[in-house]
Amino acid sequence: MKKHTSLLFCILIVFCIVVSSCRKDPSVIPSQEELVFPPNPSSTLKGMYILNEGNMNMNKASLDLIDFRTGKYQRNIYNQANPEVTRGLGDVGNDILVYGSKLYVIVNVSNKLEVLDAKTAKRIKQIDIVNCRYITFSEGKVYVSAYLGKVGDASAPQGIVAQIDTASLTIEKRVDVGRQPEEMAIVGQKLYVANSGGYSPPDYERTLSVIDLPSFKEIKRIDVAINLNRVKADRYGDLYVTSRGDYYDIPSRLFVIDTQKDAVKKVFDIAASNLWIDDDIAYLYATSWSYPLQKNTISYTMINVKDETVLDRKFITDGTEKEIVVPYGIKVNPHTKEVYVSDARDYVTPGKLYCFDPAGNKKWSVTTGDIPAHFAFIN
Amino acid sequence: MKLNALSTLLQRKRLSRIQNLYFTLLVSMALCCPFAVFAQTDTTVPQSKADTAKILQLRQVNIATVRAGIRHTSATPVQVLRGAELTRLNSFSVADALRFFSGVQLKDYGGIGGLKTVNVRSLGSMHTAVFYDGVQLGNVQNGQVDLSRFSLDNLEEIALYNGQRSQIYQPAKAFSAASSIYIRSARPEFKPGEQRHIRAGLKTGSFGLINPSLRWQEKISEHLSATLSSEWLHADGRYKFRYTNGVYDTTARRSNTDITSMRLEAGLNGLMTDSSSWFVKGYQYHSQRGLPGAVVANKFDYTQRQWDRNTFVQAGYQTNDKGRYSLMVNAKYAHDYLRYLDPEYITTSGFLDNRFKQDELYISAAGRLHLLPVWDIALSTDYQLNKLDANLYRFPFPTRHTILTALASELKLKRFNLQASLLGSFIRDEVREYTSAGNKHEFTPAVLASWQPFDTEDLRVRAFYKSIFRMPTFNDLYYTFIGNTLLRPEYTTQYNFGLTYHHTFLHQSLVSLSVQTDAYYNRVKDKIVAVPSQNLYRWTMYNIGVVGIKGLETNIQTVWNAGNGIGIQAGVNYTYQQARDITSMERYKYNIPYIPMHSASLTLGADYKHFEFNYSYIYTGERYNQLSTDQNQVYNYMQPWYTHDVSAGYNFLLNKQQLKFQLEINNLLNQDREIIASFPMPRRFYRLKLQYTI
Repeated sequence: MKKHTSLLFCILIVFCIVVSSCRKDPSVIPSQEELVFPPNPSSTLKGMYILNEGNMNMNKASLDLIDFRTGKYQRNIYNQANPEVTRGLGDVGNDILVYGSKLYVIVNVSNKLEVLDAKTAKRIKQIDIVNCRYITFSEGKVYVSAYLGKVGDASAPQGIVAQIDTASLTIEKRVDVGRQPEEMAIVGQKLYVANSGGYSPPDYERTLSVIDLPSFKEIKRIDVAINLNRVKADRYGDLYVTSRGDYYDIPSRLFVIDTQKDAVKKVFDIAASNLWIDDDIAYLYATSWSYPLQKNTISYTMINVKDETVLDRKFITDGTEKEIVVPYGIKVNPHTKEVYVSDARDYVTPGKLYCFDPAGNKKWSVTTGDIPAHFAFIN
Repeated sequence: MKLNALSTLLQRKRLSRIQNLYFTLLVSMALCCPFAVFAQTDTTVPQSKADTAKILQLRQVNIATVRAGIRHTSATPVQVLRGAELTRLNSFSVADALRFFSGVQLKDYGGIGGLKTVNVRSLGSMHTAVFYDGVQLGNVQNGQVDLSRFSLDNLEEIALYNGQRSQIYQPAKAFSAASSIYIRSARPEFKPGEQRHIRAGLKTGSFGLINPSLRWQEKISEHLSATLSSEWLHADGRYKFRYTNGVYDTTARRSNTDITSMRLEAGLNGLMTDSSSWFVKGYQYHSQRGLPGAVVANKFDYTQRQWDRNTFVQAGYQTNDKGRYSLMVNAKYAHDYLRYLDPEYITTSGFLDNRFKQDELYISAAGRLHLLPVWDIALSTDYQLNKLDANLYRFPFPTRHTILTALASELKLKRFNLQASLLGSFIRDEVREYTSAGNKHEFTPAVLASWQPFDTEDLRVRAFYKSIFRMPTFNDLYYTFIGNTLLRPEYTTQYNFGLTYHHTFLHQSLVSLSVQTDAYYNRVKDKIVAVPSQNLYRWTMYNIGVVGIKGLETNIQTVWNAGNGIGIQAGVNYTYQQARDITSMERYKYNIPYIPMHSASLTLGADYKHFEFNYSYIYTGERYNQLSTDQNQVYNYMQPWYTHDVSAGYNFLLNKQQLKFQLEINNLLNQDREIIASFPMPRRFYRLKLQYTI
């Protein structure tokens, strides 16, 4: 009888010891560092920030930094720089900008614009903007597009653009634009914002809103195509605007807008997901899902923006495009003309950043955070 | 007496004729046949009351003895919680009770109104079928049954079977899932002289919980009894949670967590003179709740709301299963309504306001034939119709017809039991607009064996193999933008080998010991996953994943007599799982998201006179919330969590009626934890239960 009772207690004690392996003490999410290429102290640009979007609800937006002079890549630097910020950078990083001495990071689901020191990534201020999307700058101000103008008003589907003073870091003005506004570009005294209307299919928006910066009023809308997304300005006063189409019958397209006439000047019959313009060349890629093939079809294109013609050249020539699962961000080094392309891969494991030399050969690649998408250079 | 025997004989003859007819028709797949059978068997031959009572008693005894040994004799692993065991646990819903089973990962989004689903042996939550009183609770829209909605109030038994229930005589649906949970509502059982049972209960405690319930069971005649069960629940659901990284330390309160729900269930149970039985049941559930959302930086509060209305009527008839032929028919009609309102998503027609309506019609017939005393065969055929209506853009309004036919056979030798079944699934989707997924035919086998290697009945060896698939849900196939009609079914293959040991000791402090241990290997192929197509906002469903799962489960249950009238029950569960994504060339060294390598639970219960005490401990080891490699595991790591729950109960008589009073303290050590990333769980919370039985 005794034997059995003590057996019971032995089992219980062993069980509790085995099973109660302790929890780790709470700690700040660490950063990681690796050497990607040999040091190059002569690089004109100091480096580039990479914003990883992270999956929705996972609170995994993260900030990486590549130092072009030391060749070092640092992952997840925000938490080490700002350990006091509750839950860190937040959920779904959507855009990034370096302007002056500050780094601006838009975190979409976290409804915030983070203003950081561009050198240290230390927080200067947080500015709350509900459902914010993209950021651009001009003359001491930054402009943020946001999906939601008024919270909880069912009759107010239109989005806004907010003007923020970079010295006081406060929202000075807001202007209503179309529904679900996306990227913006500024030419002269006019800000152009792409309205998507993505919340109400098939009733998409099909315009760019034009905002006069001195008065900060919407002065007109330019009819382009449904579901607009990207807007990039070239140095000849033209805008390159992408339409996402309706994902069914109307395909994605690339449009050129003349900002003198504020009218569509040219349509390229090619799909476009994202682009970057450097000097006279627009580098773009397109991802579209093919049902018959059960996979994404991906294309990379170069356009001469001076002549508005598609070039025969490609910016990836060594076959690396086969490695890239889903291109998700693009940027070109204005000095070296190196092209940076990020790969979101399967979106649930870390992405990759590739660097191609001007001849289209891979120079290096590195593992990033989840869904690397947006870049900003630092001088 | 002679007359009686004659009438029974007549009755039996008639039944066998009907069953012969049924078998013929079943083979030709004439599905209206069961209704004809039902209509004919309505005419009953009167018999003496005493006889029926005796049969009733006999049936009860049989059920009790068979079930006591099922954990030990089943060829597939089974875990059961019933009656008193169920009420003792610090559990509120079926989901809470399932935490105590091995091999089960509960996905719990936290709080009273939070979604709770289970993932059995890492196959994925959509591979577990849930049966309520023998009929499956379906959700063809998203394949998930929210187990937090089924309170334990009116339940008698919860059982989890890996593979399938180890019997051949059951609806074809019972063969059609990789694992099955059987929930059984309390069936009225009256002792001689009893006419009615009334039980009133009240639960209250943390989260502003108020949950009154009432159950009324009435014996209408010797052949007929009725049950009415209802409960109402309201909770503000608010609870504190805490996040810290050692530098920041933030405590906040969950918001938008309120829930109000109401359940009403009514049933009739009948027993015929020939010992065949029937039941009819109506079920209605209404709820409205806030959806608290993910706690992410700078956004803790949400405004989304959800309304649900679930209604079903089901009925079944079963012949006396002692005869050469046995027959069982079941039917169900269900209507589900769901409304989702998102005030943060403003469209041109106001807030996003989605409404989904599902209709399901189900009929099933199963028959069994004793070919030889040691050999049975069974054939079952089910037909199910599902429709989904939604106010979504470009919605195809799909309808699905499913015919399942299972042919099964069982060899029952003295020390060896072998079951084999083959399930044919014939599925046709139709759409009002756009493209349908078309037709699918699949044939999937299962083989189950149980063997007693020695003379002693204490030790048994068991093994099973099963191949089964899940159909893509309507959301997988047809949801605007993300749906993909070219999806293939998601296949699972399971291999299991195990031992069971059961021994009852005489004149010892240890009264009984039962041990179950199983090792398994599972493989999931063509896993349906969402992949973003054009951008993060446009995902598409896609067959891509392959998952390999190796696991080991051990389950020990003991009963002790500690003397002085103190009875103790103690149980331990341990699960080891290695579940790896083996899709690509890249081999992941870490488990797939949310699967811990180690998990365990411990339960202790003691009774002394009018008192009862319970202690339970649940441990879930470290997990990762995304696919992990050596490089990124640090960002996906989730802390182990373990909770200690205690409760004390006191039973006493008030006006000669039984009154039970129970106090529960959950998460005694106030551990902050997440089961799903960004969805914090409550800290310490309390519950008080009162139950008065007449």
